[in-house]
This record gives sequence, C-alpha cells and structure tokens, in this order.
Amino acid sequence: MNQQKGRDYRELVKQRSPKSKTVLMCFKAFLVGGLICSIGQVVQFIGTSALNLSEEDVAAFTAIVMVFLGATLTGIGIYDKIGSFAGAGSVVPITGFANSIVAPAMEHKPEGYVMGVGAKLFSLAGPVLVYGISSSILVGLLALIFP
Amino acid sequence: MDWMKLFLSFIIGGGICVIGQLLISLTKLTPARILVLFVTLGVFLTALGLYKPLVDLGGAGATVPLTGFGYSLAKGAIKAAKEDGVLGAFTGGIKSTAGGIAAAVFFGYLNALLFKPKTKK
Repeated sequence: MNQQKGRDYRELVKQRSPKSKTVLMCFKAFLVGGLICSIGQVVQFIGTSALNLSEEDVAAFTAIVMVFLGATLTGIGIYDKIGSFAGAGSVVPITGFANSIVAPAMEHKPEGYVMGVGAKLFSLAGPVLVYGISSSILVGLLALIFP
Repeated sequence: MDWMKLFLSFIIGGGICVIGQLLISLTKLTPARILVLFVTLGVFLTALGLYKPLVDLGGAGATVPLTGFGYSLAKGAIKAAKEDGVLGAFTGGIKSTAGGIAAAVFFGYLNALLFKPKTKK
C-alpha cells in the first residue's frame, strides 16, 4: 500500500513538476527578494532617523550600503548560495547588480589586473549602465521637449 | 521604525522579484538580460509617472530592485533637465546615482582583489 502510494506520488511529481517548479521558484524569489528589500528599508530608516540624511542622500546611502553587502557576500561566497536558492530574488535587487560585478571579476583574475579584474568588472554591469544611462538621457531630453 | 512601511517594502520588493522570476522561468531570458530590462523599464516607467507611486507606497521595496536604479537615473535626469536644460539631461542621471555606481566599482574591485571564486559556474 505504501509502495503504491509512493509510486503514485512520484508520478504526480513528474506530471506537475514543470509548472510547480516555476511556482516554487516564484515563492522563493518573493521571499528572498522581499527580505533583501526589507533590509534596504531598515538601512533607509537608519539613514533618515539616526543619521538625519536628506531624502536624496538617504537614497545614495541605501544604495551604497546595499552594494557593499552584495559585493562582500559575493566575495566570501555566500551570495552564490543565496542565489541558487532564490533565483531572481537575488538577481533583481541592487545586491544582485553588485554580485554581477564581483563574480566575473573574481573569476577572470588569472587574466590579470587590467584586462582580467578591471575589464570583467563591467562584463554585466556595463550593459546595465549603457542602457540605464542612455535611456535616462533620452528621457531627460524628452522632458525638455514635452514639459 | 515604521512596521507598515517595512511590510510594504517586503511585499512590493518580493513582487518585483517574482516578475523577474517569471521572466527567467517562462521566457528563458538570462539574468543579464533581466538586469538590463529592469533598469530600462524603471527609467521609462518613471518618465511616464508610473513608478513614483510604487516608491511612495513600497519605499525600499521599489528602490532596491534594479527598476529603482532606473527610477533614480530618470528622476535625476528629468529634474536636472528641467533646471539646467540639455546639460542637465546628460548630468542628472549619473549625479543622482553616483553613490551607488561608485560604490559598485569600488567595493566590486576590492572584493575581486581579496577573494577567489568558491564555486565554478
């Protein structure tokens, strides 16, 4: 009876797995992504209440602290472990941007400090900056034309 | 500490990550493309005035994801363009994100120098 149940269960898993895997990954991404953003919110609170920073300075402060956390956790090898659990939950936050800078630079260190570390820092961050900065200039110019 | 704000940052931030996960799982977009897509999306949603309400509601839940990086870029560029004209459109975006970009380069470089990769991809 138990064996029968086990077999049924395994078949059920096989049938359902592609779809439920997506659902499970979404749940994990939600959990970890939400948690990282909550940490950002706490950092923001600290910047506003404890350090009395202005609204714009708080945004910069939060970005710097989160990037520091993302870069350091990548360096000591913890962020990759979070990433294999969380999927997009670790990619989408700005800590994931920091991870995308450190990981390839570390990987390509044997190629030297200029073309290895220096260039590979931007292998993923480069495209992000290219598209982000270009579109922001475009949007700024459009704001001039259509106030 | 504003607990409601903390809760909302969790929900909104988690929600934005779920959109990213759905794109990865269902469309086979690579994480690199997700990052580029989210920044660009953040810029244009901000320009259309659609992202600011999300930031007002979700705080860090909306600013910590990469769409929030796009929000900062666009907000800075639009504000500076209105104040300083064409020059502002060029300088505003990077000015408002300078802290994050500089930190990413600096801490990124330091960590890459100090550590070796633990896992092979």
